[in-house]
Amino acid sequence: MFRNRLQLAGCAAAAVIVLATATPARVSPAAFERVDLAKAKAEGLVVFYTSVDVSVAERLARDFQAKYGIKVQVERTGSERVFQRIGQEMGSNLHVVDVANTSDAANFLVWKNSGWLANVNLEEIERYWPPQFRDRDATFATWRATLSPIAYNSSLVKQSDAPATWADLLQPRWKGKLVKAHPAYSGSEMTADYELMKAFGWTYLQKLGDQKVMQVQSSTEPPKVLSRGEQPVMAGGNEYVVFQLQSQGSPLVLVYPPEGTPFETSPAAVFKEAPHPNAARLFYQYLFSRETQQMLVDFGGLRSVRAGLREPSNRVPITRIRLFRDDPQGVLRTSDEMKTRYAQYFGT
Amino acid sequence: MRVDFSRVLFALAALVLAALVVLPVGWLIVTSVGGPHGFTLDNYVTLFTDATMIRPFVITLASSAAVAVLCVLVAVPMGWCVARTDMPLRRWVRILVMASLVTPPFLGAIAWELLAAPNTGFLNQLARAIFQLDRSVHPFNVYSVTGLTFVNFLYTFPYAFVFIANALERIPADLEDASAILGAHSAQTAWRVTLPLILPSILAGALIAFLQSMTVFGSAAVLTLPAGFHTMTTRIWSLFQFPPKPELAAAASMPMLLLTLGLLRAQQLVLGRKGYALIAGKGARRTVTRLGAWKWAALAFCGFVLLNAIVLPYGALLDAAFVKIAPALPTFDNLTLSHVHFVFFELDATALALRNTLILALGAASIGTALALVVGYLVARRAVRGWSVLSFLASAPIAIPSIVLGVGLFLAYTRPPLLLFGTLWILLIAFVTIEFPAAYQQLSAVVASIHPELEEAGRLLGATPLRVLRDITVPLMRSGIVAAWCFVFIGAIREISAAILLFTAPTRTLAVVIYDLNESGDTGSIAVLGLLLMAVTFVVLALANRVPVIATAAEEYRA
Repeated sequence: MFRNRLQLAGCAAAAVIVLATATPARVSPAAFERVDLAKAKAEGLVVFYTSVDVSVAERLARDFQAKYGIKVQVERTGSERVFQRIGQEMGSNLHVVDVANTSDAANFLVWKNSGWLANVNLEEIERYWPPQFRDRDATFATWRATLSPIAYNSSLVKQSDAPATWADLLQPRWKGKLVKAHPAYSGSEMTADYELMKAFGWTYLQKLGDQKVMQVQSSTEPPKVLSRGEQPVMAGGNEYVVFQLQSQGSPLVLVYPPEGTPFETSPAAVFKEAPHPNAARLFYQYLFSRETQQMLVDFGGLRSVRAGLREPSNRVPITRIRLFRDDPQGVLRTSDEMKTRYAQYFGT
Repeated sequence: MRVDFSRVLFALAALVLAALVVLPVGWLIVTSVGGPHGFTLDNYVTLFTDATMIRPFVITLASSAAVAVLCVLVAVPMGWCVARTDMPLRRWVRILVMASLVTPPFLGAIAWELLAAPNTGFLNQLARAIFQLDRSVHPFNVYSVTGLTFVNFLYTFPYAFVFIANALERIPADLEDASAILGAHSAQTAWRVTLPLILPSILAGALIAFLQSMTVFGSAAVLTLPAGFHTMTTRIWSLFQFPPKPELAAAASMPMLLLTLGLLRAQQLVLGRKGYALIAGKGARRTVTRLGAWKWAALAFCGFVLLNAIVLPYGALLDAAFVKIAPALPTFDNLTLSHVHFVFFELDATALALRNTLILALGAASIGTALALVVGYLVARRAVRGWSVLSFLASAPIAIPSIVLGVGLFLAYTRPPLLLFGTLWILLIAFVTIEFPAAYQQLSAVVASIHPELEEAGRLLGATPLRVLRDITVPLMRSGIVAAWCFVFIGAIREISAAILLFTAPTRTLAVVIYDLNESGDTGSIAVLGLLLMAVTFVVLALANRVPVIATAAEEYRA
């Protein structure tokens, strides 16, 4: 029953995408959201489901509370579990979540189609977000982005020995030395694996599965595994925690393979039935403000799609990296098959 | 005419119990034969044909059987040393075994990751340093079936130990003396008299060890993913990933349910045929074996087991709580309070989760014990018709992996008229249902050991059954009640597998927070939270054992 509803949602979501593409809805400037600060403060709380690394989420919550005096209740877990939980709660007619963020952009297509997302049209997003990174109906927009490059611990691997391409990871010498996140838990890993599969076919994942990869859940964990030296090379994990750990002195090195690097967008949205609607909108506005976006870049190590931000000079600018394009609709179509095949290839 | 409230209370208890167990199990059974087009056995067909279902089942059975054997091999000699010899530090050994019992398996597993992760684990680093081994050699690998079996053994053997040590303590010396007088030497006595007398307890210990490790989720969730295999419980959990397959999960739980019921029944049959009236009342003296120089060997053996179960894991957690990146030996350079600061001042969930955990554990322990007391009494005294059904209902949750019970509870309490999802109530019901059988087992055994003649005297004098229970039976079993309460409390405070399905943002527990942090690899924060969880547990247990009534009971017991 559960499955059917969600499958139905999936199909209908695809239909909506087609419709949305056909009839772009322009929103007039008059319809920009005006947040009622007094009401937001009276509500006093925002419940934020997110898959961003817990350190970033808690920093964000602290900053927001310091600025507005409104508490943010952070619920951090993997994208696929945020998705499952919200489905479970909505299925029970339980409205807990105010604002959600996952790294599987396909989640938002399903939610939007289910009619669960509120329309929050922010001037900031309209002005500074390229059109491909915001929903035409203003129900969600890319809050943050990251890449899934290769990385290694330079105290365990010499630069001359380090893998330079995705194909290198399949060499026998890396057998038992790789760590990778799991697509059934991590949205960014789901997206990354999908992009790698598009580029190299299922056989790439199958061969990678034969490499006795150390499997972890979240895409935020492989950099930590690297950092403590448990494995020398990251075959699937995110870039931003590598940046964070580098700034703490960890000897991690990023490799952007010439074939391309998976790129993942991570949208955020306000729920229509949010129990704290005004605080939710204020928080949403705060998420997309210039200061928060700059914080995500500086402190979080994330990439932002907002125009006009400064990137720290020690990071390779995204414009100089060859990217695999993200494709939420493709992920949506493939995610079941990905999970099934992945379990066969990797054993879990 | 005076209304006999006891009948009402008994009926109510029976009703509550039936609702607790029948609702979720009923939903599970119904769900397991459900499909998109109504009734189907497809889920069962999948279960027995799909290799990704069969392999976890085989691994789980093999690992659990190994755990049961290991537990007996360790708990029998250890129980004997503690209960029947002059080994030094016996009391401390007992206390540390209890500490091991209290340790949540997921915390033990995380600690053992720090100790025996193939590359960075402390023990591997140590072994490499001592034997001059290359980095590619991994003497210990916790990410393996062996590793999981070992960790499960460490946190399961206390159950077997409790059964066996208590049985050994209760054997009156006269039986063994008789054997000695008839000319048997001590080995013969041990083999022909003592062992048969404690055999039921060994059996019970092995059974509980097997069932515990078959249904454990926390340790498996930590260790199996990096190792690339599934156990039954992690496989069932994976069926809740999108798109969720509750039908298959329900079906997958049925073999475990039937196996458990079968084993429990077999145990009853084995024990039922023999009379084991061991409790000889006051004055039973037990013989103490003088070990001589062997007592140091005995102590070394017990010490080695506890080193693995307690000393090393807690040492590793303590280290992880205070070094920058664990596992690393603490030095002046890498010591930090940042994890402590993060947990107490930055992590938003800590205070809320601590509060929820305490409310739930205290509530579940009190409700569970009260219910177990009433039901245990009814069953032991066969006070109502249908007592055997009650007994079955009260034992059934043992047979259900709690992750599966979580599924059943979710199915039962997310639709009218019982819309409890999103509240602490659903968690409370879950914890009571899951942990109450332990209290029931404990209390029904205690009731059975109290001779009914005292109660009969009360009845003859005109007291209602309820009054008899309150004024005669309960005072006689005070220490048993405290023990039962502690069992449920310990179980509830670390419950993870049902909680992980049933919690929502406002109803998170500490165990869930730890689980979430584990999935993103935040070892330092996990260590701080884990130690906090243990500290809270020990404070509450210490208080429970210091309540005046209980202290008196303990004194009476000693006298």
